[in-house]
Amino acid sequence: MSHEHVSNTKRIWLVFGILSIVTTVEVFLGIIKPESLHMTNFIGMNLLNWIFIILTIFKAYYIVWAFMHMEGETTILRRSVVWTVIFLILYLTFILLTEGNYVFGVFKDATIKWNF
Amino acid sequence: MGSKGTITTTVGKTWDGGNEPLGASYGKLMMWFFIVSDALTFSGFLAAYGFSRFKFIETWPLADEVFTHFPFAHGVSMPMYYVALMTFILIGSSVTMVLAVDAGHQMKQGKVAFYMFLTIIGGLIFVGSQAWEWKNFIKGEYGAVESKGGSLLQFVDATGKRVALEEFADTSIPKEREQLTRSKGKWFMEESSIPTYSLEQIQAGFKSHPDLLVRIETINSPETIATTKGVNENPALNSPKQKIILSRAESEKRLADGIIVIEGANLHRNEYGSKLFADFFFFITGFHGFHVFSGVIINIIIFINVLIGTYEKRRTYEMVEKVGLYWHFVDLVWVFVFTFFYLV
Repeated sequence: MSHEHVSNTKRIWLVFGILSIVTTVEVFLGIIKPESLHMTNFIGMNLLNWIFIILTIFKAYYIVWAFMHMEGETTILRRSVVWTVIFLILYLTFILLTEGNYVFGVFKDATIKWNF
Repeated sequence: MGSKGTITTTVGKTWDGGNEPLGASYGKLMMWFFIVSDALTFSGFLAAYGFSRFKFIETWPLADEVFTHFPFAHGVSMPMYYVALMTFILIGSSVTMVLAVDAGHQMKQGKVAFYMFLTIIGGLIFVGSQAWEWKNFIKGEYGAVESKGGSLLQFVDATGKRVALEEFADTSIPKEREQLTRSKGKWFMEESSIPTYSLEQIQAGFKSHPDLLVRIETINSPETIATTKGVNENPALNSPKQKIILSRAESEKRLADGIIVIEGANLHRNEYGSKLFADFFFFITGFHGFHVFSGVIINIIIFINVLIGTYEKRRTYEMVEKVGLYWHFVDLVWVFVFTFFYLV
């Protein structure tokens, strides 16, 4: 409760605007699926999916920083929360997706037909 | 106590208590602890979803074919619009929540109550929307047949448009049996609902409609189309990144291997594709919906406390801030669920 108690209404509505616009862009791209993005692969995923994921992280940043007021917390609290979560999620995602991809290969190249 | 010989001379500095390196109250810190652990729980679920999806990357259902409903728009395919609406509702209720916190900082009881009320309404609309989404998902739209090998066969017409079972099932053939209910059972016997049409009705109906074709789970890519047997010769039917449509001869062959008719979705099988898809859908959106529901309950408790003036007496609205943290977290999770279930 050591933060300044000034009204932030203007900033709140600004962030709401940003989040709404980003969501609209996501839905728009999701519906029309531009062929140039959807069919171009980049590091194992098509460009459209990369855009979705980057926009999601962008939205997450605004929710945590503005709405959850992370920007007003002390540096050490911010780092304890954010870096812990980011590190563990990257680690978990890397391991599980690599493994999933491996299992896919095993199924595909196996001599046993498992789904026909 | 007791250790008289170890009195230090640096009292009143770092180790004297009252030192708050994180600058946050106990309650808020504990809320952050909870949020970090809950975030990891949800990441675990979403990463498991990613694992299963990568495992079945060539046959995973296409989300924009599954979630196409919108209220009062029957038969119109509107992918994504409804979840987009749900996202806006949740972001909106996040905004009213943060406005309530803001009003709390200025000790405006009436304003806090008003914004809390709006937040609760937003949360309730969201939970209701999710229920409607579930209803459509469970009910299904087109129906499908599962083959002996566990793969799914869906039906399309000559132009590649999806066809529902009811449009071609041959109902002149008697159904092999009727559903066993408690009232007909000899003992406490009943069974889960059986499909509207029997496999024989579907197979006969397929035979008498020569323009129908079977669509398999495999997604069209240069690699999969080369290894799939009996792909339809018409190039207009098989566009990239769509499910592969078979030739009529191959369709008949595959359908002859059918074992069960599937309508809608449950935890065992679903008409959309991979069995795991429905399991993950129910589990992840269900767990998130449960969070929203608990959030609404907690919001109501805080709302009542605002109304009866508990926080006016305390001279601080920090409780609103804490429940706000939780509420924003629920919104944050939805942003990721939205991306990984509906967009990617």
